[in-house]
Amino acid sequence: MKSKKTLTFALMDAPFETARTTTAMRLLDIAARRGYDINVFAYEGAVYVPFALQKRHANSVHGHDVEQEDHPLPREWVVALAQEAARNGGRLDWVNCGLCVDERGAEETVAGVRRGSPADFWKMAAASDNTLVIPTK
Amino acid sequence: MRALNIIQTAYRATLEEQDDPVVWITHAMKGAGAELGVLLRGNAVNYTVKAQLVPPLAFGARQQRQAPHLAEAISALMDKGIDVHVVVEDLADRGLEAEELIDGLKPIRRSELPKLLQTYDRVWQW
Repeated sequence: MKSKKTLTFALMDAPFETARTTTAMRLLDIAARRGYDINVFAYEGAVYVPFALQKRHANSVHGHDVEQEDHPLPREWVVALAQEAARNGGRLDWVNCGLCVDERGAEETVAGVRRGSPADFWKMAAASDNTLVIPTK
Repeated sequence: MRALNIIQTAYRATLEEQDDPVVWITHAMKGAGAELGVLLRGNAVNYTVKAQLVPPLAFGARQQRQAPHLAEAISALMDKGIDVHVVVEDLADRGLEAEELIDGLKPIRRSELPKLLQTYDRVWQW
């Protein structure tokens, strides 16, 4: 049995709206630290997770300026996960559903994210040891 | 106009937003002069537990600072004069005792909710 796993994740939630995005990132982080090959198919609102135009902001409710607030940006998490996977001998292949991107005008992504279709999800799942779907609710 | 924000869904994007979005908007609207109350029900009653904390969050080499502090955020609402009601039965269902909770909350039974809701001009279930 090969020790290096290939895992595919389908994500569906937009960032900044539920806890599921962060949970998915935690799972991806474990896989990246283990050097697994990771596929992500971002479907519907999840195509905004690696959206390149996400920006930090200050938060007057918290009394923080931009620097102090250090607002989470999921696009940075995607980059960090790809780097972590590579550092451990794995890889992160992030595919944004192209039609979902078009619907939302979410073309601008961080480097390493590619456009695809449900056919890519099917192919990635077929070539993986297992697949986890984390849908929106 | 007085409005009641009802929060039931708990920990919704709290790590990404460093706060609960409804708690946050309540703070922000209060700062703009709004007259607001908050009702915590369902899983959101856990926001009142003092002992909760968020472990450090990191993805790869990206360390995330400024975790949410939800109990403190609820206390801060009350410090601003906002009544925070919490459903007694929802606390009991989760085994939460009064001594585990932040001070200043207004416990309310489910049977008393219609009377409470009538004291507000708008009721917003988030």
